[in-house]
Amino acid sequence: MPSNRFLAAAALWGLSGWALLAAADAVKAPAATGQEKIEVPPPPFSDGIFPCSNCHSAMTPDRHRRELAAMHTDIVLKHDETHRWCLDCHDADNRDFLHLASGERVPFDESYRLCGQCHGEKYRDWRAGVHGRRTGNWNGAKTYLLCAHCHNPHQPRFHALAPKPAPRPPSRQIK
Amino acid sequence: MVTRRLFTQAAAGAAAGMILTACGPKRLYEAPRDKLKARIAEMERKYKEEFGRDVKVSGAGPAPGVHFAYALDISRCIGCRRCVYACVAENNQSRDPQLQWIRVMSMEKEKGVDFSHADPYYHPAEVPEEGHFYIPISCQQCENPPCTKVCPTGATWAEKDGIVVVDYDWCIGCRYCMAACPYGARHFNWTEPGLPANEVNPSTHYLGNRPRPKGVVEKCTFCIQRTRAGRYPACVEVCPVGARKFGNILDPDSEVRYIIEHKRVLVLKEELNTVPRFFYFYAT
Repeated sequence: MPSNRFLAAAALWGLSGWALLAAADAVKAPAATGQEKIEVPPPPFSDGIFPCSNCHSAMTPDRHRRELAAMHTDIVLKHDETHRWCLDCHDADNRDFLHLASGERVPFDESYRLCGQCHGEKYRDWRAGVHGRRTGNWNGAKTYLLCAHCHNPHQPRFHALAPKPAPRPPSRQIK
Repeated sequence: MVTRRLFTQAAAGAAAGMILTACGPKRLYEAPRDKLKARIAEMERKYKEEFGRDVKVSGAGPAPGVHFAYALDISRCIGCRRCVYACVAENNQSRDPQLQWIRVMSMEKEKGVDFSHADPYYHPAEVPEEGHFYIPISCQQCENPPCTKVCPTGATWAEKDGIVVVDYDWCIGCRYCMAACPYGARHFNWTEPGLPANEVNPSTHYLGNRPRPKGVVEKCTFCIQRTRAGRYPACVEVCPVGARKFGNILDPDSEVRYIIEHKRVLVLKEELNTVPRFFYFYAT
């Protein structure tokens, strides 16, 4: 029974000096629930593209849905493109922000709130640390990543990767 | 003829022998603190001699109120083997002959979790392959580990924080533990490990990734040198799809607890009652 073994181990440890070298006490991780802001690294902008207002502040927004021909031709939208286009996420009045469906502006470093509007289940998992990669400390400060650090927001599907080499079969280990 | 005197003498001799054995050299975790420090200093000196650089050996013990657990998202893993090589680099495994603590199994979706059809040697140009899913397997850190029970020298045991460790100084290389492990998670150094000096990870732990000699068994230790210092294991941090999760199962706010409470979770070979602390789950 596990509890018996646990007690036996505890007794053994009580006698040993080795346990005195124990690491620092376990610190409880803060609960990542609710709506508090989450610390993230800077958003992954393409070089020299931000702030967007550098170019856009001098332009009158054209709110008509269209194929972009003059600029941003490298962006191919494959993210529910039949229903959406640029200004559904990017804010036309202040180009340095995104906006939610409600019209509320959100900065790029809170873009997870925008993604979370549709991907609520993933958003919940991400806040709990279950979706996406975290680095740092299991019992302390962690580094989260924005959705956009892993998923290109314009084409969020993951691309296939080349795998690292397969292990050598035992017969090929012998020289 | 066995006289009463002879019998008494033999019995007394046997008893004395047993007492002497009990008073003999201790496994290091039972040794007093100053002896451990001396042993670690000696070890660090030897590594400096061997590799020509400073290798730090930690003796950090388990923290109270911590029991480690691991969770791996089968619905995310793409079988890229980044974890395998991050583990080798972090934990000073032998490069040649090749020794790897993590083995990634490729399985067919049609057949489900079926180890008789699992292939660890897959090598397509790109992963994930159509119709396949992947299960990386390393030590399951069982709470009821069959491997520690068969060790004739007490060289391997489960720590208080749940990590099953090996004391390489006590391992005699009999490989009983490898035969007992139902997950194939233990590995044997058949030769002197091929570890180039410039690739040594100098941050080591006494019961973990310190460079090993020939003839001992080694295994995953949840990166004991990192996790006892509060950090995530190397495989967790390298996984490009974030399929690997780690934490304290006793902490209700930890990721692993969230997974166990909210997701579909399975353990491998549950019927063997090994009680693994390594959970596989489906996030989607």
